[in-house]
Amino acid sequence: MSPTDQPTDQPADQPTPALLTVRGLQKSFGANQVLQSIDLTVARGQVLALIGPSGSGKTTVLRCLNGLEIADGGTIEIIGADDATHAPVTIDFAAAHGSRSGVPKKTLGTLRDRSAMVFQHYNLFPHKTVLENVMEGPVVVQRRPRAEVEAEALALLERVGLSEKRDSYPFELSGGQQQRVGIVRALALRPTVLLFDEPTSALDPELVGDVLRLIKELAAEGWTMVIVTHELEFAREVASEVAFVDGGTIVEHGDPKEMLRNPQHERTRQFLHRLLFPF
Amino acid sequence: MSESTWQLLLDSLWPLIHGAITGTIPLALSSFAIGLVLALGLALMRLSRRRWLSSIAQVYISIVRGTPLLVQLFVIFYGLPSLGIVIDPWPSAIVAFSINVGGYAAEVIRAAILSVPKGQWEAAYMIGMSHRRALTRIILPQAARVSVPPLSNTFISLVKDTSLASLILVTELFREAQQVAAFSQQFMALYLEAALLYWVICLVLSSGQGALEKRLDRYVAH
Repeated sequence: MSPTDQPTDQPADQPTPALLTVRGLQKSFGANQVLQSIDLTVARGQVLALIGPSGSGKTTVLRCLNGLEIADGGTIEIIGADDATHAPVTIDFAAAHGSRSGVPKKTLGTLRDRSAMVFQHYNLFPHKTVLENVMEGPVVVQRRPRAEVEAEALALLERVGLSEKRDSYPFELSGGQQQRVGIVRALALRPTVLLFDEPTSALDPELVGDVLRLIKELAAEGWTMVIVTHELEFAREVASEVAFVDGGTIVEHGDPKEMLRNPQHERTRQFLHRLLFPF
Repeated sequence: MSESTWQLLLDSLWPLIHGAITGTIPLALSSFAIGLVLALGLALMRLSRRRWLSSIAQVYISIVRGTPLLVQLFVIFYGLPSLGIVIDPWPSAIVAFSINVGGYAAEVIRAAILSVPKGQWEAAYMIGMSHRRALTRIILPQAARVSVPPLSNTFISLVKDTSLASLILVTELFREAQQVAAFSQQFMALYLEAALLYWVICLVLSSGQGALEKRLDRYVAH
């Protein structure tokens, strides 16, 4: 259920090793350069919240981390869940020239294997039951034993309060329930890092709480996460670091409580002000 | 109608049904099956990022849809022998109908694949699937549901179009009717009887379509 425990023999003065390192990530869609140059590091057990105006590139960063977009330049390095058996893998996008075929299939596969995404619109498979949705990746792609996967999937569904929905189809679930299945589907893949793309933006306001509470619990359990969100209050409470993305760069980043109260950059200030006082 | 006409209709009922069972239905089923495989391949070619593959499929579809089925049938059965390729009536009919179904169904399947939301591809990639696996396990099952109504129409059209095979000497429902009609000179009665039988077959198929749609709709909101 929970990721590998924090190494306890770590000397106190040495920082936790970075699990995910992004350097100089660039991405253009046609003439539109969405990412100028993104640098970020996420340590094990850290929760990074990406905030910023729409079109700022924060979702593109997340999609690059899951290989759904292939960056034009820069590198992504990701370490496996257990670094004894999972050596770090580095993708150099400049060498791939922004083309999917330029990235070795195996490397891209490893990146996808180590990251799992929760989508804004859930993207559950409508022709599969809740349980089948959760088991598809572990059984079909990762080729783990069905019985073991099923037991784990049922335990995960149980913990999010959806075990009685195991044989329901997604359309029979509320948005909040669907998103919790989306989270369980991601967890069942046993990723190193969980990626959340505005996980509550498509939900009715009264359903947001359940999903945020679940994400908060996962953070407390030590899952490493990158979350694109508009929920500032949530970011303040859950994130260990928040980064403000605008115009394809990280304008500033830091401790959420500090940064959201006292932003250093004018653009951050304006953005936070607009969110706090929308009209 | 005279009593002898009724008797003729009754007597000819079995030969006509026999023609349907041994001609019309197997011809339609086999051509449809082969045509669907062809159509899936063509649809994937059409969607391919490789321009030349897409172009080949596009030209094929354009030719099939832009020429009469009867002409296609005649080219294969009466035309090819002059190039030294002689094909029997049955295989000729199956080839022609398969090619024809391939062209029409390709566009249906292509549209159905495109109708599956992009997020489904992304979720499939996210859980680690390759393009091929995403297609077969996630996209095509959803596309299948969308394409059942238009493909059923294609099949029903095909069943009726198999009557054209009578013109290349395939013994099926309509050819049986023609033969009895020529012998008895009761054209109106026999052709109406044939029409009625086609109609019954299509009614059965339509109800089958309804059942299939209902089954495939079990996982979508109503």
